[in-house]
Amino acid sequence: MANETILRLRDDAMIALRDATDQRGLDEWRVEYLGRKGRLTGVLRGLADLSIDDRKELGAASNALKLELEAAFDARSEELRRASVAASIETGKIDVTLPSRPHRRGGLHPVTQLLREVLEVFRSMGFSIVEGPEVELDYYNFEALRIPADHPARDMWDTMWVDHDIDGKRPMLLRTHTSPAQIRMMEQHAPPIRVAVPGRAYRFEATDTTHEWMMTQIEILAIDEGITLAHLKGTLLELMRRLFGRDRQVRLQCSYFPFVEPGAEVAMDCYVCSGKGCATCHQSGWIEMGGAGMVHPEILENMGIDSKKYTGFAAGMGLERLAMNYFGVPDIRYFYQNDLRLLQQF
Amino acid sequence: MRVSLKWLSEYVDLRLPPEDLAARLTMAGLAVDAIVRAGGDWGDDIRVAHVTAIDPHPNADRLRLASVDAGSGETHRVVCGAPNLAVGQKIAFATVGAQVRDGHSGKPSVLKPAVIRGVESAGMVLSEYELGLSDDHEGILVLPAHAAVGTPLSALLGDTIFELSVTPNRADWLSVLGIAREIAALTGETVREPSTEYAQDGPPIKGRCSVDIKAPDLCRRYIATVITGIKLGPSPEWMQERLIALGQRPINNVVDITNYVMLEIGQPLHAFDYDQVAGHHITVRRGGDGEAFTTLDNVARTLTSDMLVIADESGTVALAGVIGGLESEVTDKTVNILLEAATFMGSNVRRAGAALKVRSEASSRFEKGLPSELPAVASKRATKLLVELCGGTAAAGVVDVYPSKARETRVEVTRQRIAQVLGIDPPTAKVRSVLTGLGFSARWVPPDRYVIRVPYWRPDVRIDDDIAEEVARVIGYDEIPALPLAGAIPAPIVQPLRELRERARDVLAEAGMREVISYSMTTMEALTRVLPKEYLAIYPPYRLVNPITADHEFLRPTLRANLLMTLASNVRYEKGEIAIFETARTYERPDERLPQSGRPFGEEALPVEREVVGGIISGRRFDRWGRPGDESVDFFDAKAYVEALLRGLGASAEFVAVQEFALAPGRTAELRVGDTRVGVLGQVHPDVAASFEVEQDAFLFEIVLDDLLPLVSAQRKASSVSRFPAVEQDLALIVDADTAAGALRRMIESTALVREARVFDVYSGDQVLAGKKSVAFAVTYQSDDHTLTDDEVGKALRKLLERLRREFGAELRGG
Repeated sequence: MANETILRLRDDAMIALRDATDQRGLDEWRVEYLGRKGRLTGVLRGLADLSIDDRKELGAASNALKLELEAAFDARSEELRRASVAASIETGKIDVTLPSRPHRRGGLHPVTQLLREVLEVFRSMGFSIVEGPEVELDYYNFEALRIPADHPARDMWDTMWVDHDIDGKRPMLLRTHTSPAQIRMMEQHAPPIRVAVPGRAYRFEATDTTHEWMMTQIEILAIDEGITLAHLKGTLLELMRRLFGRDRQVRLQCSYFPFVEPGAEVAMDCYVCSGKGCATCHQSGWIEMGGAGMVHPEILENMGIDSKKYTGFAAGMGLERLAMNYFGVPDIRYFYQNDLRLLQQF
Repeated sequence: MRVSLKWLSEYVDLRLPPEDLAARLTMAGLAVDAIVRAGGDWGDDIRVAHVTAIDPHPNADRLRLASVDAGSGETHRVVCGAPNLAVGQKIAFATVGAQVRDGHSGKPSVLKPAVIRGVESAGMVLSEYELGLSDDHEGILVLPAHAAVGTPLSALLGDTIFELSVTPNRADWLSVLGIAREIAALTGETVREPSTEYAQDGPPIKGRCSVDIKAPDLCRRYIATVITGIKLGPSPEWMQERLIALGQRPINNVVDITNYVMLEIGQPLHAFDYDQVAGHHITVRRGGDGEAFTTLDNVARTLTSDMLVIADESGTVALAGVIGGLESEVTDKTVNILLEAATFMGSNVRRAGAALKVRSEASSRFEKGLPSELPAVASKRATKLLVELCGGTAAAGVVDVYPSKARETRVEVTRQRIAQVLGIDPPTAKVRSVLTGLGFSARWVPPDRYVIRVPYWRPDVRIDDDIAEEVARVIGYDEIPALPLAGAIPAPIVQPLRELRERARDVLAEAGMREVISYSMTTMEALTRVLPKEYLAIYPPYRLVNPITADHEFLRPTLRANLLMTLASNVRYEKGEIAIFETARTYERPDERLPQSGRPFGEEALPVEREVVGGIISGRRFDRWGRPGDESVDFFDAKAYVEALLRGLGASAEFVAVQEFALAPGRTAELRVGDTRVGVLGQVHPDVAASFEVEQDAFLFEIVLDDLLPLVSAQRKASSVSRFPAVEQDLALIVDADTAAGALRRMIESTALVREARVFDVYSGDQVLAGKKSVAFAVTYQSDDHTLTDDEVGKALRKLLERLRREFGAELRGG
C-alpha cells in the first residue's frame, strides 16, 4: 500500500514535471512535490501512523523518490533553460551587416601622423626630440649658419620678415628652415649631441602642387667623435627604409648649403618603380628628400666645439613632401586646406 | 644657367652620352635640371626662311600677313601676331606637319593648316618658345642675317642644351669654360683654354686712358683696354647662335662680344663708348647720396653712398657691376671702345642691385664673388675678339689698377682628416689625381698631409674640409658606405611642454576630435572679431613686412579666428557634428611683467610663443544611422572634450562662469586650476559666428598649455578601492536659480563619508518657486574601514544639509 502511494506519487510528479514548460511551472511543481508542504512531505508525515516495518520501508522509498525527483527536476530545468536560450537566439537574430552605432572618430592630421613615425625612428636611434622658436632672429636663421647679409645663398631661402625694429634694424623673421635649432642646440649643449628638431617653417614662395609657403620640417643634428658622412647616409637610409620598406636605397649627391661641408642633397630610390623611372619620380628613379651634410667646422668652432676632435652631421627635410609620397596625396596644398573629407581618411 | 654642348665641346671632349654626362654632373653638385635637345624634334619641316613682304590682316588689327620664302620656290602666306616681325628678316618657319611646342598648352603638337580670322595660314613663323629654346614668347626668333634660306633649322641651331642649377658658391659654373673644367675633371679629359693672344697694333694706352680706384675696399681690380676704329654691326653667325642657345639676344658685335666672353669665361665686362667718357678718365668711387643717374634701360635712378659707381670727369657713367649708363652706351655711332674688366665686391653689388631692383647677368655673377685674376683673362679674350671680329685696333698694353694683389690660396689637409669627415680613406694617388684633374696642385708631404694650391677660379675652396668635399664629389658620394650611428647615446633632452602638447593631441584625437593644421597668420580684421580692442591695443599682433597674401598678414595671438574659418569651410558639406582641434604656437608681445626666465626661448627680443590647444565643436549630433539628427551639439558636448583633455593631461579644472569677448554671455566658462586661468570654453557669440559665415551654434575652447604645465601632476596616484559596501542616496535641493551646481557638488563631496556626488536632474518650473531650481544629486557614502550604519549616514546628511543651507540657502526638496 505504501509502495503504491509512492509509485502513484512518482507517476504524478513525472507527468507534471513534463507538463512544466517554463520557470513558473517548474517553481510550482517544486512547491507541489518537493516543498515543505508538498506531497512528498505529506507522505512522510503519514509515516507516524504506520508500523515500524512499513515506516522503514516507506521512509526508504520516499527518500529514494526525493532524490529521484530532485534529479529529474534538475534535468528538466536544464532542458528548459537550453530550450529557452535556443528560442531566444532564434528570435533574437540580427542582421550583422547593418551599420554600427555611430561613434565619434577623431584622429591626428596626416602630417602629425607621419611626423610621429619619423620621430619614432630617430628616437630609436638615440635622438632627443626638441623644438625651437618659429619667429627667429636673423642671427640664428642665417648669420650663425654662415649666411651673412648680402650673401648670395640668401636667395635659397625666400624670407618673410617681421615688422619689428630693434636698434634701427629689422632682425626678426619667420624661420625659413629648422636649421637655427642647430645653433641653439650647440649653444646649450656640449657634444655628444643627437637631436631631432621638428617644427613649422615658412618661405615667401608661390604655391603650386609641390610647394607650400608654410611647411613642417624636421632637422637632425648629431655631433660626436668619429661621426662621418657615412653615418649621415646610414641614418637617413634607416629612416627611409622604416618608412618606405627595407629595400629602399638612399643617394647623396653633392650640393651646397653654407652651414655644411661637405654638403649633399638626399634622395631615395623611387618606392614605386625602385629606380626604373615612373610618373611618381618624374622618370628620374629618385625622389628628393632634403638637404644634408657635415656640420661646417667653422660653426663648430664658433660654438666652442673643437672641430678637430668632434665632427657632426645635419639634415633637414620637409614633412609635407614626404607625406605626399607616404600617403599618396597629389597636391601639397591639400594638407593645410583642412577639408575634413580629406583629413578623415587618415 | 644654360649651356650648349656644341659650345662646350670646343673646350673639352664630350665622350659620354648627354644623359650620362648630366647624371655625373648632377651627382658632383652641378645639377642638370633638364636636357633640351634644340632641334631634336624639328626635322625637315622647320627651315630658315626670309620674310619678303608684310601686309595687314583684313580682319584683325593685331595680326599681319607675312609672305615667306623658305627656299622651295613658292611663297608661303602666313598669319603672324608677333610685333617684331619685319621685312627682310631671316626667321624660323614651320610648314604644316612640323612638330612645334603649342603656345597655349606648352606640349609638343603637330602643326595643322589653320584659318585665322578668315585668312588661311600655310605655316607658322616661330618664337623661341614654340621651338622649345626658351620660355620667351614675346616675339618671333630672328635668325642671323647670313643664315641660308631653306637650311633646316636643326643644322643651324641644332644642339643639346643643359639647363643647370648653379649653387651660389660656384660662380665658375656660370661660364662655359668653368663647366668644361668640371667635365674634364669628372671624365679625365683635358681642357682647351680659349686663346687670348691678340695683336697690340695701336699706340700705347698710356696717356689715352687712366683709372683711379677711390674705393679699393669695393673694387679690387680695374682693367681698362682701348680698342679703336671698330666697325659696329651684327656679330658673326656662330656667335649669335651661341648667344641664342644660352638665352641671350644678339644686339651688335661689341655688346655681343662682352656677353659672349662673360658666358664663356664668367667675367662680366662693360664696353663704354670711349669718346663719351669725359677726360678718358675712369674713377671708381662711391656714389653721392641722392645722386641722380639714368641707366641704359632709360630709368632715372637715385643713388646712395653705399653704391659703387664708375665715373668719368663729368659724372657717373655706370653702376659698378650692376648696369651701365645711358650716355656712355655703345651706339651706332661708336667707333672707339673703352673696355672695362673689373672685380667688384659681391655683397656690395648685391646690395646695390637689391636697392635699385636691378638684377642683371653681370650682377648675379659679381654677387657670388669673382676672383680678381679673372678680369685679366677676360679682358684679353674680349679684346682679341673685338680686334678680330670688329676690325678694331687694340692699344698696346692695358691700364691695370690692382691695389692689393690676390694671394694664392694654399690648403693643407691630412689624410686622417679626409677619413674623419668622409668615412672613407682614399689612397693618396687617387686624392692627388682628383685634385690635379680639378686644376689644383696637390703635393703629398709624408707622412700624413697634402699641401694644395687652389686655382684662382675656385675661391670657394679655403679649408681642409672643402678639399674633402672635392675628393668625395669626384670619387662619387656613392662610394661612401652607409653606417649606423655608433657611440654612446647622449643624455636625453626633455621638453615637458612639448610632451604635454603631444599628449593633448592624443587625448583629443582619442576623444573623437579631428586635428587640423592651419596657417600661423591671419588678418587684423579677423582678430578684431575674436579679441577685445583693448587687448589688441596693448599687445598689438606682429605684422609681417611681406606676407604671402593680405589674408596672412598678422602672426596670430589666438587660434580662434583660424578655427572659425576652418569650421566655416567645412559646415558647407557637413551638417553633422564637427569637432576639430589644433595645437599650435601663438605669438604675443612680451609682457614686461613676466620674468625673463618665463619666456620659452629666453630671447628678450623674440615674441612670446606659447603652445595653445584650441577646438571648436558644432553641428547636429548623429542619429543611430550616422545621419545628422535633430539635436544640435551643445555646451556640454564641448565640455566633455575639454574634460577628457584635462583628465588625460592629469589636471582637474573648475569651470567658472565668466564673460568673455566673442563668446556668448551665460554660456561661457573659464577653466581654472587652483587660482590660475588655463583657458576658456564657451559658445561663440552668434554674431561673431555669423561674421565667419557660421550660422549655427559653435562651441570653442582654447587652453594655454604653458599655463597648464606647472599645474599638471606628473604622477598619477591610485586610491584604494573600499571593500565595504557603499550607501547611495538621492538628494534633491532647492536653491536659487543662479547657484552653480558645481559649487553644490564640491560642498557635498567635501563632506565626511561622501565618496561621490553626481548631478542627475535639474528642474525649474511649476513645481518650484520662481527664481529657484531643484538640483538632484546621487550621493554615494562609503567608508574605507567599516560598513556604514544608517545612523552614521543620517548624521552626515544632517550636517551636510545644514552646511548647504548656511552657504547656499539650500532646502531639501519636499523636505
